[in-house]
Amino acid sequence: MTLATRPESATRSPWRGLAAAALIWAALFASYGPFAGWVVDTVPGLDPNSRLAEVIHFFVFDTIKIALLLVAVIFAVSVLRTFVSLEQTRALLGGRGRVVGYALAALLGVVMPFCSCSAVPMFIGFVSAGVPLGMTMTFLVASPLVNEVAVILVAGSFGVGVAAMYVATGLTVAVTAGVIIGRLGLERWVEPFVFSVHGNGAALHDVRPTWQERFATARGEVRSIVGKVWPFLLVGIAIGAAIHGWAPEDLFVRWAGPGNPLAVPVAVLLGIPLYSNAAGTIPLVEALHAKGVALGTAVAFMMSVVALSVPELVLLRRVLKPRLLVVFVGVVAAGILAAGYLLNAVI
Amino acid sequence: MKVKVLGIGCSNCQTLEKRAREALDQLGVAGEIAKVTDLNEIASYGVMRLPALVVDERVILAGRVPKTEELAALLLAEAPLAPSQPAGE
Repeated sequence: MTLATRPESATRSPWRGLAAAALIWAALFASYGPFAGWVVDTVPGLDPNSRLAEVIHFFVFDTIKIALLLVAVIFAVSVLRTFVSLEQTRALLGGRGRVVGYALAALLGVVMPFCSCSAVPMFIGFVSAGVPLGMTMTFLVASPLVNEVAVILVAGSFGVGVAAMYVATGLTVAVTAGVIIGRLGLERWVEPFVFSVHGNGAALHDVRPTWQERFATARGEVRSIVGKVWPFLLVGIAIGAAIHGWAPEDLFVRWAGPGNPLAVPVAVLLGIPLYSNAAGTIPLVEALHAKGVALGTAVAFMMSVVALSVPELVLLRRVLKPRLLVVFVGVVAAGILAAGYLLNAVI
Repeated sequence: MKVKVLGIGCSNCQTLEKRAREALDQLGVAGEIAKVTDLNEIASYGVMRLPALVVDERVILAGRVPKTEELAALLLAEAPLAPSQPAGE
């Protein structure tokens, strides 16, 4: 796919390779719209005004657009991320007062995402180092909930205003969930061994990487994340395209339009067992919204899909007792619910 | 050399273990690879990102899966003795 836009080995100056890649990227970005139109026009026997043509157009258009955005965003964020480590994050949080600490935890959660297999050791590392349970939870919720890829894709599909509101509500959900869990004093529902861990703390001594190494790391991230994400992405876009072309106009308006107050909770409940990542859900959200689903409902659905997933809960069960796990799911789901209603009311 | 792969069973962890084996074979260094999945033990190394690689009780890698060639170079730097027969590419 578009992976070829990143040169395999940046020779001499890393900046030259970057500039070349950026040029190729810009050229592709400028031409995917016309390309999608051209595909629809040139497929033999396809009436450009038919529903099938619309479906194909949506699929081609969104696949290329999202793939391009994905590559650029993951690359940029991965480069940024080489400047911050989890160890520094933890040290920052440990020394903060409550209010600043929660806000910081949510923000850091956004810029420091971790793969779900790191959620557990990260939880242990934070809590055993004295970061309060609530703040750790805020971090843990913010990270998948306000995903940098999702932010860019939402901005691309719905505009910067909606993206800003998504970030704001997501951060609020994360902070509120953490504060509530912190207030409830639920430390007793954390598996006890977590508190008795004494890391040797030595871990890795970080060497300051060169730009060349930062770019190499980022290229690796692009490859591994796109490699993992693309099936979700294609399925999401295919479903989105099908909804876009074939779903009856009034179906979603009747069941999930602004007039139905139960639409948000149903969307959140549907999203919990579903597991996908942000990139895969955006085309779905886009198509649903185009068919009349209220935007807050659609965003709540997306948040629920990405923030609460069964695989991650299974992993977290190793450090959280079942009751705390239930509280965690409950508080986060309630927060997403509130965010959905709020967005529906505002937009 | 004693190599440990710390991980809780995700696909990245399995890939790291596979590549670590390949790297040792490439280097021709005698070494044993153990998988550590116990959370308590993982946490005792102070790592917060998985998978991680521990060589002779020292963490040399956390949170990423390098290519076999890079792993070989990392392992070589940790090796106490020069390899008897450095296998080429």
